[in-house]
Amino acid sequence: MSTGSPDSLLPDGETLEELSNSPRATFDVEKIRAEFPVLDQRVNGHPLIYLDNAATTQKPRSVIEAIGSYYSNNNANVHRGVHELSQRATVDFEQSREKVRNLIGASSIEEIIFVRGATEGINLVAQTFGRTRVRAGDEILITTMEHHSNIVPWQMLCEQVGAKLKVVPINDRGEISLDEYESLLGEKTRLVAAAHLSNALGTINPVHEMVRLAHEKDIPVLLDSAQGTSHLEVDVKDIDCDFLVLSGHKMYGPTGIGALYGKKEHLSAMPPYQGGGDMILSVTFEKTTYNELPHKFEAGTPNIAGAIGLGAAIDFLESCGVKALMEHEHEVLVYGEEALRNLPEVRLIGEAKEKSSVLSFVVAGVHPHDLGTILDHQGIAIRTGHHCAQPTMERFQVPATARASIACFNTKQDIDALIRGIKSAIEVFT
Amino acid sequence: MTDLRDFYQEIILDHYRKPRNFSPLESATCQARGHNPLCGDRVEVYLHIDTGVVREISFQGAGCAISTASASLMTEAVKGMTLVEACALFDSFHDMMTGTGEASDPIDLGKLEALSGVRQIPIRVKCATLAWHTLKAALEESNNNTAASISTE
Repeated sequence: MSTGSPDSLLPDGETLEELSNSPRATFDVEKIRAEFPVLDQRVNGHPLIYLDNAATTQKPRSVIEAIGSYYSNNNANVHRGVHELSQRATVDFEQSREKVRNLIGASSIEEIIFVRGATEGINLVAQTFGRTRVRAGDEILITTMEHHSNIVPWQMLCEQVGAKLKVVPINDRGEISLDEYESLLGEKTRLVAAAHLSNALGTINPVHEMVRLAHEKDIPVLLDSAQGTSHLEVDVKDIDCDFLVLSGHKMYGPTGIGALYGKKEHLSAMPPYQGGGDMILSVTFEKTTYNELPHKFEAGTPNIAGAIGLGAAIDFLESCGVKALMEHEHEVLVYGEEALRNLPEVRLIGEAKEKSSVLSFVVAGVHPHDLGTILDHQGIAIRTGHHCAQPTMERFQVPATARASIACFNTKQDIDALIRGIKSAIEVFT
Repeated sequence: MTDLRDFYQEIILDHYRKPRNFSPLESATCQARGHNPLCGDRVEVYLHIDTGVVREISFQGAGCAISTASASLMTEAVKGMTLVEACALFDSFHDMMTGTGEASDPIDLGKLEALSGVRQIPIRVKCATLAWHTLKAALEESNNNTAASISTE
């Protein structure tokens, strides 16, 4: 089932174009579509075409059933009961941790902390690692293409300790320049926090190079891989990032569960994030001894069903084959980009050379919200707005964009319907 | 869902393409700024009020067809109204959008009825009401004589 063996991973520097020249793995999109019950419906009289996967992906039957099965058969609290159900729940919960570890290539399950999602993972690092390592006058470096969740926690930290947020600019294609990035890595930089794959633009950042350049100056790097783990092969050892966050619901899993990966040396040195049950070894009114990793960071009863659902989502991803899925999505993306470029009214926002899964655009004379309503009328779900990336919108001088975001179950036919819908909106408004 | 032709009626498209009273107002006695942070729509409403009557009204901003047309139609409707009439129109329009039936003395909305289809799509109601909430803030500013800013998030 696993495709996570080291030799299947994208070698450093290999492009998606080169990848698609390699022998094609089998990828039966109709078979994949049949796994998603939600797709089998009509919306406003039309078959549902779901192109809002960067907001949240749909869930395969196996994930829905894993959650149901946990509640139907094994529901109990984890890590504390001697009874059978608690043991079953604990085994399934911890197996999911192992699945996350294997998916991203971490060394040990001690490095995998369950959190509510990528946002909580970033806040955890900001308030533990950040609060102990960042001082007045220090700098944190992010990029212009960050989601608000990778901006605001750092602004909060900066305000708390008197540090400064620095931002790597992007070019008109939506790419950072490594030279500019390197010049911003200064003596005062204490952390780099960057998107792995931009939710608003689809840009894949050169994370291997970014980490290498930061490490040359002993600066740790956090990667926001909320969009990355369902569209890219992720190997934290190969990338050598210090932290990486992911969200279950962006990778075919349930909402309310995600994971923080951190190198053990960092996690061991960091103070706990929240206090409570499960994160302690012993408590007296005089002193509390904290639990071992990863439990030190998991106070309170965790989202057990969510973690089990995430485990099932990872099984699903691996059964598709992440590499085959990347090829398929890339084909649909390139097809969509070409079709959009053929419409003179359309301007693509985000045309990075290394790109995945996101078609962000504006249509002359048609506001994104009106386009969204017209497409919805045709059963087509896209996102319109600022995509929680207002500084990115500002960089491209647009208040909002329309965004069609692709997942493994999308087809070229979906893109054809999108293009027909955009044409009909242009007709209405001109 | 409502038929799209009912939603995007010709009068709405016309006011979107050619918004009326779309400029700043030099003689403004009060003004307010409205922002819908969810979609980025922004609007500024200017009023020239003299002896309790809206003598001039204009707006500026960037938004979708619904928010632009609603603002444009609003300026046409409110011009020449007394402050009491403008407040009553706000209540009636708000009623039409939300169906709360709170307007004590509902008045004929005339051309504004073209926006009634928006009620069928709750997420778009904020687009239609942004300029109206901004108008209300400007009217309140005229009472308090303080700068106003509202948000419809």
